[in-house]
Amino acid sequence: MRDKLYNFVGKNPFWVILVCITFAIIAGMGAQKLEFKSDYRVFFSEENPQLTAFESMQKVYAKSDNVSFVVVPKDGNVFTAEHLAALKALTKESWQVPYSTRVDSVTNFQYTYAEEDDMIVEDLVMSTGNLTNDKLDKIKNIAISEPLLVNKIISKTGHVSVVNVTVQLPGVDPMAETPEVAASVRAIKAQFLADHPEVDVYLSGMIMMNTSFGEASINDGTTLIPLMFLVVIITIGLLLRTITGTIATVLVIIMSIVTTMGLAGWLGFYLTGPSSSAPTMILTLAVADCIHILTSMFYEMRQGADKRTAIARSIKINLQPIFLTSITTAIGFLSMNFSDSPPFRDLGNLVAIGVMLAFVFSVTIFPALLTVLPVRVKVQSEGKKDIMAKLADFVIAKRKVLLPLTSVLIIASIMFIPNNELNDDFVKYFDETVPYRAATDFMQDNLSGMMVVEISVKTGKSSGINDPKYLRSVSDFSDWLRERPETDHVNTITDTLKRLNKNMHADDPSWYKLPDSQEMSAQYLLLYEMSLPYGLDLNNQLDVDKSASKIVVTFKNMTSNELIHIEGEMIAWFAQHAPQYEVDFASPSLMFAHIGQRNIISMLIGTTLALILISILLGVALKSWRFGLISLLPNLAPAAIGFGIWGLYSGQVGLGLSVVIGMTLGIVVDDTVHFLSKYLHARRDKNANPKEAVHYAFDNVGRALWITTFVLVAGFTVLAQSSFKMNADMGFLTALTIFIALIVDFLFLPPLLMLLDKEKATQSVDEVVETPIKKSIEAA
Amino acid sequence: MFTKKNLISALLAISALNLSLASNAAFALSAEEQKGLDISMEAKKRDLGWQDSTADMVMLLRNQQGQESIREIKMKSLEVLDDGDKSLTIFNKPRDVKGTAFLSFSHPVDADEQWLFLPALKRVKRISSRNKSGPFMGSEFAFEDLSSFEVEKYSYKYLGVEELNGLTNFKVEQYPVDENSGYTRRIVWLDTLEYRIHKIDFYDRKDSLLKTLTFSGYKQYLAKHWRADIQEMINHQNGKSTELKWSNYNFKTGLNDSDFNRNSLKRAR
Repeated sequence: MRDKLYNFVGKNPFWVILVCITFAIIAGMGAQKLEFKSDYRVFFSEENPQLTAFESMQKVYAKSDNVSFVVVPKDGNVFTAEHLAALKALTKESWQVPYSTRVDSVTNFQYTYAEEDDMIVEDLVMSTGNLTNDKLDKIKNIAISEPLLVNKIISKTGHVSVVNVTVQLPGVDPMAETPEVAASVRAIKAQFLADHPEVDVYLSGMIMMNTSFGEASINDGTTLIPLMFLVVIITIGLLLRTITGTIATVLVIIMSIVTTMGLAGWLGFYLTGPSSSAPTMILTLAVADCIHILTSMFYEMRQGADKRTAIARSIKINLQPIFLTSITTAIGFLSMNFSDSPPFRDLGNLVAIGVMLAFVFSVTIFPALLTVLPVRVKVQSEGKKDIMAKLADFVIAKRKVLLPLTSVLIIASIMFIPNNELNDDFVKYFDETVPYRAATDFMQDNLSGMMVVEISVKTGKSSGINDPKYLRSVSDFSDWLRERPETDHVNTITDTLKRLNKNMHADDPSWYKLPDSQEMSAQYLLLYEMSLPYGLDLNNQLDVDKSASKIVVTFKNMTSNELIHIEGEMIAWFAQHAPQYEVDFASPSLMFAHIGQRNIISMLIGTTLALILISILLGVALKSWRFGLISLLPNLAPAAIGFGIWGLYSGQVGLGLSVVIGMTLGIVVDDTVHFLSKYLHARRDKNANPKEAVHYAFDNVGRALWITTFVLVAGFTVLAQSSFKMNADMGFLTALTIFIALIVDFLFLPPLLMLLDKEKATQSVDEVVETPIKKSIEAA
Repeated sequence: MFTKKNLISALLAISALNLSLASNAAFALSAEEQKGLDISMEAKKRDLGWQDSTADMVMLLRNQQGQESIREIKMKSLEVLDDGDKSLTIFNKPRDVKGTAFLSFSHPVDADEQWLFLPALKRVKRISSRNKSGPFMGSEFAFEDLSSFEVEKYSYKYLGVEELNGLTNFKVEQYPVDENSGYTRRIVWLDTLEYRIHKIDFYDRKDSLLKTLTFSGYKQYLAKHWRADIQEMINHQNGKSTELKWSNYNFKTGLNDSDFNRNSLKRAR
């Protein structure tokens, strides 16, 4: 069968090329259907409990996607006539943002106060024409002592303020709506900066985050993929010194990517941050097949074979190992289907498809191209092989030192694994070069963090929120939250009611307390609601039946674990102090906090399953269960060491990294397969003893292994340059793991083989026949 | 004798008057604007003379989740010929606002005057707020959607005729004069037969469609005044809706100014 394949390809190269290219073009046309989804919600499956909770809360209260203009006067004081006038203008302009439903700022804050028996409700900053210093001071004092504003809309010292725009995306054309809002907001910002050069403006909020997902990926597409192609061309060009080989390889890679992405389009996939790294990964993985075929082919040609024979032999030798490594890689990536986060399932499936397509193209159009194109082989010194031979000699000689040394290093690295902690901070999904990240970091330093939890406290009774007992509970809970050091801001209806109660009693501060009857509270709210302007109503805090109210807490930045811990304490608070109310907790922060944990658990199942499948495949391929088991060690150690080193280096493990074990497993297995199969080939077919077999394996696959490892490490290092940190970390840890895998296969596996295989070796291999065999191996 | 300040303001007033006259002459209304204005004046004219009215209203609020909530209100209105109408709103449900009464003197251009009696506080409070655009009792109706129609509140543009509910309708665009309005414009459908409003589209401040109000169940009272039994407001942006059901309409019940003042608030029911 292996002969038949190249017989056909060799006889009909043009047909093969034509058919493959036609297939690629037809499939590739589906790529037009691919669209990028800029919405953090794509990270969550429909059955995700935190997403479900959040969506049902959004249906009860108003939806809360937002954009924040963070306005920073260069003179450090918001409360001047100029800056307030500017803020007022920006507030007005913000109403023009598409889909905006609410705009909150210092200037349009609905300030209520009493004058005798009058109750006045007006914008905190009405006109900016003749603001005296006294008036400015008064406005400042009101703003920075108002619990609704301070830390959220205005900083404690009054040096930074925010204009917060709430938008309600209709969701009819999600791919267009977010960019539309972002474009409008940026235009407003540009115009505002032109009119007011004395301020800085940052843009933050969910819409800007969603926009950044898309933009970071497009950036990656335009910078990383070309860079990666460059790496491939240089690697193959320099290491294998062939122009046509390089061209053919690049073509196979392009076809693999185009076909995969095209099929993705036809199959109705959409792109997201993680899945948009699929092309880079396919690119990296597709190279390996070609390198193996080229290396063998050139070896044959140097041995004097003509081109067609060389190609035929190369295909014959490589078909099975390439198929096996492609399958194991695909299995590794398919394990990502266990992920709780759809973008990672998509990534796994896309790369798996890509890897299998790359295999098909490597054994069809690739040899066809090589047959058609002129290929010359330069006679080159075999000096490089000496390096491998020297390495083999070194490993064999120092095996008694290497094994304990590497074992200690492995164990030492593994001990740092517990340094890792689960953390999905979506702000840190972007590196500091992304404007959203810079804006959000600035907000965290000057106003409040990005960790927001929305808490819906439900009575189940119409008008239930006006019950003094209910208000007491909500107020106590808010106070309890405010006393916690990690709390930046609490938005609660009880503050508004206390303020109204004070207003109703001639602004007497001693009346700043909750109304003491159901009727009073209900009537205050009725009065207040009738006096509010469009968009500044209470519908985002109260449900339609006034049976439930929503508290919004903003915390300082913290890890996922800490947030989950606080969520637990909040649940406990209600269980202890107000068990009669049904309480829901939801928010994007909570969704991201929980997904890491959910994902790790499901990925462990997926990875275990992949490991079992791959081990069975290896057992079959190596025709030995014993070696299948031995191979587990070098297959698992790299990921373990990788995470150990990660624990030392960063220690923050999120959604992106939780899929790395499954992913790298399929890749690192390749090295072991190649090394072990050559080792066993020498042991079984050539009757070599373990030492000789190790030497044979080094001589035969050492070079191919380090070249493919080099390409893989280079490829994933390129991915590590992504400004989308989720992809960057995933790329970095994968590169690290693959590099460690090579070291493990070169320095740990051989001494291990020589140790474990010893007894059998003395039994089966006779001292007497050792020398002739050694000679025959050296001759080969 | 004029003080200097008075003189200046008088001069300013005269020049402003001149300006407005000049601008009226210079920017005479276009044919569409004139026709829009004429239709609106005719609609107002046809309903003149109802003197006073009382009616009961039930409000049904629905959110996207399908949750419903009910409000019950009694409305008393007094026709004021040379100014905006006066109205007294008495809340019956939810129970915890029962007895709360809201008195409003609407003015075509100036801010409305409004007072609220809170039974829990046993006090009448004057509310000073230019805001009429917020939701009325948490519903999808703004207070400005419920207050009396005055010609001066808008400028107009006639858009054409359109079939609606089997009737030929004028389609008129209205632009609020009050800068505190929540809308940039409304498009109103009035039938050519009786000048009854059948539908209103509301456009928000960024000029996108915000809400649609439809009227149904028109009944004629005193052989002159048409009132719809049902008004349904649908908010297109947040998916919520509010239905108003009117009943017990009575006209010329003998109410007068003394029923619409601070003191009357406390005994209103």
